[in-house]
Amino acid sequence: MASALTPDRFVAPTVTATAKIVVAGAFGVGKTTFVGSVSEVPPVHMEETITRASALVDDLARTPQKSTTTVGVDFGRKHLGDDLVLYLFGTPGQARFRFLWEELLVGALGALVLVDPRDLDASHEILALLEEAEVAYAVAVNQFDGAPRYPLAEIHEALALEGHTPLSVCDARERASCMQALIQLTEYLARLEPRP
Amino acid sequence: MSRPRQDPDLVRPYVRTGGRTRPSTDVRLESVVFAATGTHPGLNADGRRLLALFAGARGGGLAVAEIASELALPPSTTRILVADLIGLGLMTLAQAQDADRPPVSLIERVLHGLRAHA
Repeated sequence: MASALTPDRFVAPTVTATAKIVVAGAFGVGKTTFVGSVSEVPPVHMEETITRASALVDDLARTPQKSTTTVGVDFGRKHLGDDLVLYLFGTPGQARFRFLWEELLVGALGALVLVDPRDLDASHEILALLEEAEVAYAVAVNQFDGAPRYPLAEIHEALALEGHTPLSVCDARERASCMQALIQLTEYLARLEPRP
Repeated sequence: MSRPRQDPDLVRPYVRTGGRTRPSTDVRLESVVFAATGTHPGLNADGRRLLALFAGARGGGLAVAEIASELALPPSTTRILVADLIGLGLMTLAQAQDADRPPVSLIERVLHGLRAHA
């Protein structure tokens, strides 16, 4: 039997609007860390039912220090006022999770794609999925300690981004850095929308 | 020995929702819902568990995703259960969600809020 939650787990009774941003990226790129840095509650994990076969094929060899893989979604939330809550969904980028992706992307303001400068190629599948779904996105390089620092123009080109797609560097462990990445994404989304 | 033909964990969500795979109301993972208080005779076990989460809510709400995580139910199942409770008048949505694309005004509000909290 599930027990009642403590009052701090609930959003304010005055909330009348919610917004959703998807934090996407390849396996092990720091999505959960990013969500946790922004969220006012510890990141929450949920899992959709997936087949065991697909659960076994994740590439654990690439990030040997990570003993488990995210087969579900980690999410967090932040009040942006008494009446507005932002939900961040950190989501696996593999095409085999597409059924979950489609549900997550409906109604999303946009997506922030985290990339690992040591493995830019791992991001191509996610970028293709977002483009196919016509979801606007910005890209943030999660600058891991000891990872090479490439000029942003080179990364922009390596990822074959459109000229207007924002690209920045962030540290997923730092709250202020994550907030700036979200602001850059949202500024871009606001520019994209046609003015009345 | 014959083995079960299907994994019971894969069957249960479908049974729980009476065979439905889509919610009757547009309930999304980020939809915030508020719950009625008190006891509701005739409610099924999942409905009771779900409402029990809100015993300490003091009027506060939860997103459908948070409910799914807390009850360890698949999000798709949780959406249907929440939609049922809304249909029974035992839960209310914080906002009507009728657009697949968020309005520009929401983007502006989020941008303003992010800057204010940066």
